[in-house]
Amino acid sequence: MNTQLLLLVLFDGIAYGALVFLVAVGLTLVFGVMRILNVAHGSFYALGAYAAVSLAAWLATRGMPGWLALPVYLVTAVVIGVVVGGLMERFLLRRIYDNEQALQLLVTFAIFMILENLQRVIWGVQPYFYSGPLQALGNVSVGGVTYTAYQTLFLPAIALCVLLGLRFFLRHTLAGSVIVAVTEDREAAMAVGINARRAFLVTFVIGATLAALGGALASPTTSVLPGIGPDMIVLSFAVAATAGLGQIEGAALAALLIGLGRSFAVFYAPEFEVVMPYLIMVLVLLVRPEGLFGRTAARKI
Amino acid sequence: MLKAIAAATAALVVASGAITSDAIAADKPDKVKVGITTFLSGPASVFGVPGRAAAEILAKDLNDRGGIGGVPVELFFTDEGAGGETLASEFRRLVQDEKVDVMMAAISSGNCLNLAPLAEDLEVINILWDCGTQRIFEEEDYKYNFRTQGNATPEMMAALLYLLQTKPDFSTIAVVNQDYAWGRDSWNLFSSALKALKPDVKVVAELFPRFGAPDYSAEISRLQALRPDVILSTSWGGDLETFVRQASQRGLTQSSTFVLPLAESSLQRLGGALPDGAIVGGRGDHYFLHPETKDTDKFKAFVAEFQDATGDYPIYPAFHMAQAFAALEGAYAKAIEANGGEWPDEDQVIEAMNGLSFTGLGREVTLREDHQGLEDQLIGTARTVGEYDFPIIDNMRIYAAEDIMPPVGTESVEWIGGLDQSFLDTKFDAYTYGD
Repeated sequence: MNTQLLLLVLFDGIAYGALVFLVAVGLTLVFGVMRILNVAHGSFYALGAYAAVSLAAWLATRGMPGWLALPVYLVTAVVIGVVVGGLMERFLLRRIYDNEQALQLLVTFAIFMILENLQRVIWGVQPYFYSGPLQALGNVSVGGVTYTAYQTLFLPAIALCVLLGLRFFLRHTLAGSVIVAVTEDREAAMAVGINARRAFLVTFVIGATLAALGGALASPTTSVLPGIGPDMIVLSFAVAATAGLGQIEGAALAALLIGLGRSFAVFYAPEFEVVMPYLIMVLVLLVRPEGLFGRTAARKI
Repeated sequence: MLKAIAAATAALVVASGAITSDAIAADKPDKVKVGITTFLSGPASVFGVPGRAAAEILAKDLNDRGGIGGVPVELFFTDEGAGGETLASEFRRLVQDEKVDVMMAAISSGNCLNLAPLAEDLEVINILWDCGTQRIFEEEDYKYNFRTQGNATPEMMAALLYLLQTKPDFSTIAVVNQDYAWGRDSWNLFSSALKALKPDVKVVAELFPRFGAPDYSAEISRLQALRPDVILSTSWGGDLETFVRQASQRGLTQSSTFVLPLAESSLQRLGGALPDGAIVGGRGDHYFLHPETKDTDKFKAFVAEFQDATGDYPIYPAFHMAQAFAALEGAYAKAIEANGGEWPDEDQVIEAMNGLSFTGLGREVTLREDHQGLEDQLIGTARTVGEYDFPIIDNMRIYAAEDIMPPVGTESVEWIGGLDQSFLDTKFDAYTYGD
């Protein structure tokens, strides 16, 4: 294997893994804290992408330069996370925390279906596209192959920021410590006066915002069209399962593995590209059923 | 005994003759009910929704003109995106409960393969209005199914011929197709014909990314490292647009010739991302600037109405729908005439469909004896001009259907295997933009 090809594989893998991480980490976080497998997570991704692409394209017709779309994406993602995610947690999820997991799964699935159709009602079925920021950041050339700086430099940088930011938030801030406490032992945390409800709300809003941000940041690179949400949720599940549910660093490593696996496949065995994420997941789970970073938890009686 | 049989047969022949000539003219219905399957959800709705818009315009226009023999048509749409099982039961419901007279199914080849036998079982006329698989009438004989457009074989042969005739000096090719039946089958047709006609060409990469893949970065990196002379993609919709955009952003469209047999349907959305020089087709002679028909009143009126309704220029599924409607109208007119002006029964309509010629918004299409439509193929090269904010198709060539598809009774694979250099001399009509 020559070095140039290896380099290409590495760049593509990191760029793709970065995007997958942004979305999957939200799912992982929500599950880790709330023990809810949120099927509607992919809908936040789709909503983020649709809202970002239509808003940015509209602003661009009003003369906004391409790079300014980036702060617009951030604002869009936060708005979606707070409004849609917040409402969903407050009015639906809060009622079912004590119910069986099967019911929780069904409720999030129902929300996913509703949001999917709502998205179709609002945006229709034709693909949307706006690549202003991607063009604004230009291209970089590596060994005769051209990459977009947006995908090879910017997205991985954002993913790294999110990873470090989340680590800092959970380990070194009060709100983060509260969330960790609720995750470790909800009853004990409530007994010492922690407001678990608020911790759940904050967690869910963060998770939803990250998914929407992933969608918004993906929008300059791809056509936004029906079906992107479900696709992303499947991939995110694969990442979360590989990582060990609830493991943020694990999600980063798993996303990177899946990204690299995919680009290796394209270069050396294109037939395997499609199954690569699942192949990696199966291999990891065979060796470590609890996931890369998962811990075997002592069962509470 | 023999005599008795002969007498009985003779009596029957006389009786049946009497039936077709004048006896039971079916009662004239209030409506001709037409069931249409089209994608209203999922990625293929980029075809299905324009198809439905076209059907609504065409039905309104038909009814304004008095309908079919004085009977208005009524449309029933059903969503192909709902999945095979649901679609089949919906098809059955439309036939058995709504009692539709004619079905038009489908866009997806998979759905056509499933629904064609069902139409036979239910004894309902089914117009295959958009699906591409060549297998339908090559592998099966049908009574109730008719295809009012071409199929994958002439579509791929037109693209290959155009490439070989206009840019013959290439030695490497790569393919990037969607990983499902159409992506695989179209590459099989294209590559086996290429092997027969230009065996020295090297296939450097065969990439089949997942259907609906959002990102082609790794594919594009690999293609940039390989530098193939030609890149073929029969992808469509969001997949094609994502691939071409990402390729164009990274300069791949500068270094390779792109052959995109379905890109007519994405021209307006791709805009400047589609490079000048890419070979563009639209599954038949379908183009809103069709060099032969664009100035006819019928064509202009349709384009204007379609723009009013959707905001876009019509794309090939809209034109396929126009052909399906032209066939429907033509078959009933022919059957009514053959029935002495009386309303025909279903068998008489089927009789009229055989060998029917009809004109949608492109060239005339004729249904062969195997019920496959002979649809000429328009293909050309993308070029940016001032009048439109997306590339138009220039250096157009229209190939006659008979020249680029196997004759009745021959399977495509077998026919392609027998192609020789004389195929490269296939005639065409040439047009340039503005003709």
